[in-house]
Amino acid sequence: MGCGARAVVLGVFVAATSLVGAAATQQAAPAARTKPDVLAIGGSVTEIVYALGEGDRLIARDSTSTYPPEAAALPDVGYMRALSSEGVLSVGPELIISEDGAGPPEVLDVLQAASVDWITIPDDFTAEGIRKKISAVGAALDVSEKADALSAKVGGELAEVAERAAAHDGAPRRVLFILSLQGGRILASGTNTAANGIIGLAGAVNAIDAFEGYKPLTDEAVNESAPDVILMMDRGGDHGASDDALFAMPALVTTPAARTRAVIRMDGLYLLGFGPRTAQAAAELNRRLYGS
Amino acid sequence: MAVAEEIPAGLKAPFDRLRRARQAHALLAILLLLASLASLTVGATDVTLWQVAAKMARGEAPSHLERVVLFDVRLPRLALGIAVGAALAVSGAVMQGLFRNPLADPGLVGISAGAGLGAISAIVLGGLLPATLAGLAGTYLVPLAAVLSSWCVTLLLYRVSTRRGQTSVATMLLAGIALGALSGALSGLLIYRADDQQLRDLTFWSLGSLGGASWTKVAAAIPLISAALALSFCLGRGLNALALGEATAAHIGIPVQRLKACAILAAAGATGAAVAVSGGIGFVGIVVPHLLRLATGPDHRMLLPNAALLGATLLVLADMASRTVISPAELPIGIVTAIVGAPVFLWILLRRRGLVDL
Repeated sequence: MGCGARAVVLGVFVAATSLVGAAATQQAAPAARTKPDVLAIGGSVTEIVYALGEGDRLIARDSTSTYPPEAAALPDVGYMRALSSEGVLSVGPELIISEDGAGPPEVLDVLQAASVDWITIPDDFTAEGIRKKISAVGAALDVSEKADALSAKVGGELAEVAERAAAHDGAPRRVLFILSLQGGRILASGTNTAANGIIGLAGAVNAIDAFEGYKPLTDEAVNESAPDVILMMDRGGDHGASDDALFAMPALVTTPAARTRAVIRMDGLYLLGFGPRTAQAAAELNRRLYGS
Repeated sequence: MAVAEEIPAGLKAPFDRLRRARQAHALLAILLLLASLASLTVGATDVTLWQVAAKMARGEAPSHLERVVLFDVRLPRLALGIAVGAALAVSGAVMQGLFRNPLADPGLVGISAGAGLGAISAIVLGGLLPATLAGLAGTYLVPLAAVLSSWCVTLLLYRVSTRRGQTSVATMLLAGIALGALSGALSGLLIYRADDQQLRDLTFWSLGSLGGASWTKVAAAIPLISAALALSFCLGRGLNALALGEATAAHIGIPVQRLKACAILAAAGATGAAVAVSGGIGFVGIVVPHLLRLATGPDHRMLLPNAALLGATLLVLADMASRTVISPAELPIGIVTAIVGAPVFLWILLRRRGLVDL
């Protein structure tokens, strides 16, 4: 084959794929709804669906949905930010309820073309935000009355925690949330994060307020932030650093937290999920910070 | 083709090789066709090409799900897989011919890193653009940025290593390493600035995936990749001559400077577009030309189109693996190509050094 012939073959290929693409954009009527047909994406959304007593409507979940244990038995469509359009379609959802940030966007486009209803529940790391999430999930599932009841119950628990959070004596404790200790560097949580939100709900202050999101900190900045307590995710087993290794780090050795060896480890989804269990998580954190 | 006249009569071996290369050409085309059909049939949903074809033959319309899965999901993915696989393998072969070094590939001279820098800039800084401009660029923003920055890196590379019309391959290699490091560092700076969500996007992007395939992406990538491939296929004779050395090539009438410029242009265009739409997919560019050289010899006139066919086939197969192994979730394709490619690459290295006899 010469260059010309190859160019022609390429041209035909391009034209053929474009034509098929154009033909594929026609629409058809969606099928009638049968139960179960809901796909939950995001740990807190899944928790809310179960807390509403609607868990039997779920046909699948994403990999961040690890609670309650029943959820783990559902097919897993993968990490919420790296979904596969065909994988999602293969579980046959009629409705997808998702936390903010699911994607990639091209996959959302395909699912829209496939006439799958997609409802996004905005993230909001406040007590009010949790109630909004519950109402939104309830509306999506068409069980607004149940959602109102759950929202009222969770709201009551959150108000109780808020009361307790305000009740401590003296200055609020300064908490440093460490996301990871990879390579001896501390990846800390700044403002506008779930960690920042839960620290606030528990009546403490985030020791790091100079930046938004999660960033690696220099040893000096950690010292400067003078945390009273270190908060980490409990990864189970020996995956996390031991207390000895943690407090021997040059970054932490001079901090108040190291002097009292104050470190709190909690389950990641429980601590940071901002779902129906957040009031308990905040109460537990409050108890462990200030004593009961 | 006028190959026969160029080879002195009495030398039998080159003719055998040429015949084998031609046979390989047909064989690889058949393999690609089979892989493509398989790729349209295998997937997480229970939709097969045959089932839909049979329906359409009976005059029934395929169901909505069948249409979406086949035409909106699998077909753009297949098209992108073929284009990206061909682009990676051919630009690897072109760079290896240009540097007369079988270990060269666009990753080595910083072109992939440059394309990556562009794509990462678009992901991280895209939000800073005025809304109208960002809306205008839309899905094209990332590929566009990647191709532009890979052109820039290549142009810079070319300027640095060319003096009075002479391109020093050694300087280009060293400059490429420096530019690759610089692109990596600037990408790192952007990654540091990225927020939590962008970081996770970048992590998955760097592992490579055809999962985001769409007709828009196909439309963005395929014209550029086609042009780069067409240009590459015209360089076969020149790259063959270049294997004898630049001076010899020039003596037998090859415009060496133009050849080099075209080779760089083609490799950068194909790599930039491929990296932009699929992220980091390693080992295709280095392993495919190698395997072909072992099987059918070093003639670029056959090597380049064969590399396109084999690269496309391998990527289509790797993509099938990536979306079926842990279905309904998906494995990043860069992981698949590295798991398969790295041992093959190691084997080639050991074989070259005579350490294994296989």
